[in-house]
Amino acid sequence: MSEENQVEEQPKPLILQKLEANHADALLAHDETRGTVVVVVRKEQAYAVLEYLKTDPELAYTFLVDVTAVDNSQMESELMQFDYARFMVVYQLYSYQGQCRARVKVPVHESDLNIPSVTSLWQGANWLERETYDMFGINFEGHPDLRRILMPDDFEGHPLRKDYPLRGRGERERFNFDKQNV
Amino acid sequence: MQGGLERATGEKMVLNFGPQHPATHGTLRIVLELDGESVLKATPHAGYLHTGFEKLGEHLDYNQYIVVTDRMNYLSPLSNNFGYVLAVEQLLGIEVTKRCQYIRILMAELSRLADHLLWLGTAALDLGAFSVFLYSFREREKLYSIFEKTTGARLTTSYTRVGGVFRDLYDGCEEDVRQFVTNFPKALKETHTLLTKNRIWMDRTKGVGAISADDAISYGLTGPCLRATGVAHDIRKAEPYSSYDEVTFDVPVGTNGDAYDRYLVRMEEMIQSCGIVTQVLDNMPDGSVNLEDNKITMPDKSDAYGHIEGLIHHFKIVMDGHGVQPPIGEHYCATESPNGELGFYIVSDGSGTAYRIRIRPPSFLHFQALPHMLEGGMVSDTVAVLGSLNVIAGELDR
Repeated sequence: MSEENQVEEQPKPLILQKLEANHADALLAHDETRGTVVVVVRKEQAYAVLEYLKTDPELAYTFLVDVTAVDNSQMESELMQFDYARFMVVYQLYSYQGQCRARVKVPVHESDLNIPSVTSLWQGANWLERETYDMFGINFEGHPDLRRILMPDDFEGHPLRKDYPLRGRGERERFNFDKQNV
Repeated sequence: MQGGLERATGEKMVLNFGPQHPATHGTLRIVLELDGESVLKATPHAGYLHTGFEKLGEHLDYNQYIVVTDRMNYLSPLSNNFGYVLAVEQLLGIEVTKRCQYIRILMAELSRLADHLLWLGTAALDLGAFSVFLYSFREREKLYSIFEKTTGARLTTSYTRVGGVFRDLYDGCEEDVRQFVTNFPKALKETHTLLTKNRIWMDRTKGVGAISADDAISYGLTGPCLRATGVAHDIRKAEPYSSYDEVTFDVPVGTNGDAYDRYLVRMEEMIQSCGIVTQVLDNMPDGSVNLEDNKITMPDKSDAYGHIEGLIHHFKIVMDGHGVQPPIGEHYCATESPNGELGFYIVSDGSGTAYRIRIRPPSFLHFQALPHMLEGGMVSDTVAVLGSLNVIAGELDR
């Protein structure tokens, strides 16, 4: 994921050229795997980079395909590379104009789970960010309605974190049908 | 869509639509705020069918997880099987045999037909057209017989394997499929005569639940719902996977992005799928359906049960730490499922189980856009719009 590994002969993808020209300070790493450009950007500039990718007329990544996160707490290689940031928020983008994909990854430390919401750029980000909040506890700042979406409202914990056990923490055993407010 | 608000009385009523409602086809819930018969606000709720598929993916090995993919979009499990193994294979950097690719296209297109047929039947039934339901289920039943003979199951097909498919097509499969695609356009014409120029059907769907192309992209709509707005985008064309570049087909588009256009787009897609199926059968290559790589492919069942070498081979593949182990890395693979873009984002830590599997379901984003299509309309349109989106609870909640 570093510049030294880049093969010299291949032309640099347009998205990388433009990002290096305009947002060089935001880039932590970049890579190209199987036709998809992957860029890792600083959290502080994440919104600006995503806005740029969407609005730039030559790039036009107008379609936010997916927002999700990965808990890297058991992935030593990723942890070492990005300053022991536990979470990686992942945005999948697609450009209808250029018919190409891009992946933007943003490292998020457990001590500060806030990250700017992109709901103002894409309407579809609303539920995707809610799900990421529900499953990982990432706090999307500026989100209009950051509630749980798949888990019940009174659920405690975030199930897709690696420290959450597969079979739960006894929620099933403790569930009391009589006390449920219907 | 218009006309409801003018007769507003100023009194609000909250209507709970679902999770147990005949028109929700699964456990969906929408809370509607009504003024008279017009919808002021719609709030969709998801999560009733949440089963933790993504968490399960971190605990099952790559072949075991195929069983879980059956249960996502339970109307076209073969498409899910296909999309998932394709993601794993691309992560492994392998390409399956030509025959296998063709068989997968064949099954994916047949399951697109089955999915669209079920959608057609139930969407029409919701609006009171009972005959269409019977006609489409009659055709769908023929497809399910083919699926059952090919995969051994009607619903939980689990047909694909990493590096191949569970087994080759059965003897006589080609005749069965050919017979189906020969008769199907005629059967679909019956539905056209029942619905396409039907005054009631047009009144109930034209202009209902309309969305513009820009809004559809912003909301992340894909598949027939996006194409109904006029965006001619199909992943099978834009990023051809698994030999889709070797078949010719058209991408039907609509203009208004309303429920009627979604209906027309799906109807035409069924005809196009029949064309793809015919081409696939005409050019079906011979050879093995499985990759000849014993570190990836499961042995033949008769081998595993009948010979000690086969048994050892089987054991080595399924034993933790010996089977399919993609290198450290990540991959996002999108396929055109009947509902839209079905994506699998897999992060591998080099072991036999995925470090993280993210499923990007089309229905999740379609259901999110529902308020945009409903608000300002009439309460009876709710059923028409929800039907036209084809939200599948299994893939919505995963």
